[in-house]
Amino acid sequence: MAPKQVKSTDEFIKGLWRDNPVFIQMLGLCPALAVSNTAINALAMGAATIFVLVMAGLSVSLLRNFIPREARIVSYICIIATFVTCVDYAIMAISIELHRALGAFIALIVVNCLILGRSEAFASKNKPHVAVMDGLGMGVGFTLALFFIGAMREVLGSGTLFGVDLFPDGFQTWTVMVLPSGGFFAMAIWLLVVNWIRQRQEAAEKRAADQTGEAAS
Amino acid sequence: MNDPGYWSIFLNAALINNFVLAYFLGICPFFGVSAKLETAVRMSGAVCFVMLVASVCAFGINLVLEAINAPYLRIISYILVISSTVQLVEMLLRKLSPPTFKALGIFLPLITTNCAIFGLALFQTNKGYGFTQAIVYALGAGAGFALALVLMAGVREKLDLADVPQIFKGTAAALVVAGILSMGFMGFAGLGR
Repeated sequence: MAPKQVKSTDEFIKGLWRDNPVFIQMLGLCPALAVSNTAINALAMGAATIFVLVMAGLSVSLLRNFIPREARIVSYICIIATFVTCVDYAIMAISIELHRALGAFIALIVVNCLILGRSEAFASKNKPHVAVMDGLGMGVGFTLALFFIGAMREVLGSGTLFGVDLFPDGFQTWTVMVLPSGGFFAMAIWLLVVNWIRQRQEAAEKRAADQTGEAAS
Repeated sequence: MNDPGYWSIFLNAALINNFVLAYFLGICPFFGVSAKLETAVRMSGAVCFVMLVASVCAFGINLVLEAINAPYLRIISYILVISSTVQLVEMLLRKLSPPTFKALGIFLPLITTNCAIFGLALFQTNKGYGFTQAIVYALGAGAGFALALVLMAGVREKLDLADVPQIFKGTAAALVVAGILSMGFMGFAGLGR
């Protein structure tokens, strides 16, 4: 059982690394792979997802005592779909080009399992301010993951970052990285890096625990 | 928009713009249930079926929404109708055909949050397909999903027996396999339009 008084900063930080939605929980993979062909797209998608996550978390948390258990999933989906529609129209108003680049994937935030998952698993059981922090943390973690994948694909696939040329003229771009299969490869590479770091961390913790055990005995 | 033939719509949805490997839709079930060939086949059956139903529903809703001039309700009404249709189908199947229901099992409710279904409804609206075109599109998308899932399951069953480095195990290896499959599907780009 979690302690009753949860620090909201902890809720924020856990989304960044320990429970990172993309690399650890494997949630929301579809948008993570689909719109991460440039860093800009990745950041825009991340921002849209953060907004929906936070607002849905807040609303679900505020309404948690009014929503009957049997109808909860449908209610959550309604709430999420409302905010997604807002984001869809907001992006269309801000930049029609960006809207075209992201295409149907803005509307597809509705079926991002990350948002429904957090609403069901966290926001429906916690106070509004904690739920907002959780949504923010998860959202920022999601955006970071998306940005890493997007930056890798853009640098290797088009030789640019945020549209700025990085390499001298002779650089041969790896076209495969901006194609769909590049998304799978970039994700796999980052996953390997994350796994490797985690394994080292676990090994280090184990060693530290062994040492303190020896010192005590 | 000119009118593509039925065959080209089907090929386009199934191979050239495969939902899983080119649009990244339905990735979650793609990695979740592709560990065994048998479950993969059942899951694809369920998805094809729901896609067909959802496509018909989406076509109907779109007519209504256009009649009352309320495109901003599209997302919310699609998702609601799709999820309630899945529930309805589940109940009907349980009553009418228990063997099919048992075969599909847990997969039917899981499909509600499958982005491939929702994506299909959105794409067919964006492309402005007519009724029969929409049905052919849904069949193609379902066939493409099934193809990708079954291929993946076949590879992963073999992968289980292989000696894979520890950090590569599980999803990382599956992602690389998916990337290679996706490259293979790019070869279909020459087909049709």
